[in-house]
Amino acid sequence: MSAPTIDHTLDEILNLAAAHFKVPREKLTPDDDFFKTLGIDSLQALDLLTRLEQHFHIELPDYELQGVSDFRTLANRIQSRL
Amino acid sequence: MKDYKGQTLSWQIVNGAIELALHRDPCNEIGSLTLDELEKFAATLPVLANESHALIVYSTRKAGFSAGADLRELFERGQKMEKTAALRGVRDFLERIHAVMNTLDAAPLTTIAAVHGVTFGGGFELALVCDIIIADRMARFCFPELRLGLIPGFGGIPRLKRDLGNAVVRDLLLTGRSFNVMKAQQVGLVSQIAAEGEALRVARATASQVGKFDRRTSSAAKAFVKPIPYDELKREIDIFCDLYSRPAVEEGLRAFVENESAQPYLP
Repeated sequence: MSAPTIDHTLDEILNLAAAHFKVPREKLTPDDDFFKTLGIDSLQALDLLTRLEQHFHIELPDYELQGVSDFRTLANRIQSRL
Repeated sequence: MKDYKGQTLSWQIVNGAIELALHRDPCNEIGSLTLDELEKFAATLPVLANESHALIVYSTRKAGFSAGADLRELFERGQKMEKTAALRGVRDFLERIHAVMNTLDAAPLTTIAAVHGVTFGGGFELALVCDIIIADRMARFCFPELRLGLIPGFGGIPRLKRDLGNAVVRDLLLTGRSFNVMKAQQVGLVSQIAAEGEALRVARATASQVGKFDRRTSSAAKAFVKPIPYDELKREIDIFCDLYSRPAVEEGLRAFVENESAQPYLP
């Protein structure tokens, strides 16, 4: 089975983030700073990481998220583990 | 004292199981006050154990089981005291918390940690003294101490080595990364995974099950399979104290406590 495309991965991340943090999906764009757009702190970012790991069935060490704050870069990090 | 309601924790006996609830905001950081109350609990445990077959440790705080040692208090201790006195205070704190952890580790009943969310550092070490770890699916485990120039100081490394392969211990320790619950179960750390918000219920069901067995047999089985690594635990205190004296640690702690953003849980 081939890995999903980066656009597909990005779309799934945005859907999951919108649903979990109760933000309208249409308000989220790939280059948003997710800390600001979702209004989350680092603890909630860990929560998001756990949900993404479960959703994609991957393990993404949290040090790979150091300095990452936009959905597009996050999608690239996830894509590299699929 | 069968029931106790303190500032950082409380306990009561429910259906034959002692339930020790951690409830210090924001996330059960373990400082002097928590240590005082943990010592009180450890001193009362022999009496409580006469009327119970299991101990469940859990947190009522939303953020998680425990974020570990109270780093703000550790930093302030270093600022207020001259170095030798501060180091003596740190060693005294470690020896006291090790005594509590060793008592819980060897408790003559089955002990269960019901964890959720952040289970980091000293909180992770508290979970590791328990016989069984039951984790909510959103739990994360981490030893972040190396980020501060320290090693875990509440007995974490010897106890993790007791339970897991050394390669996994090195990964957790040397990268400072956090494991999710699936990984934690895969490596043998977590016994059972509960749905979100269900860890305490699952722990109660497990406590009920272990209560069906002869108490003396359970204690003998536990003592046989769970030796306490006393020599390594003492060595851990020495290494921690050696490292604590260095300027890099003070800088690491300062950076942590002066960080004005939300709690820096990311590495």
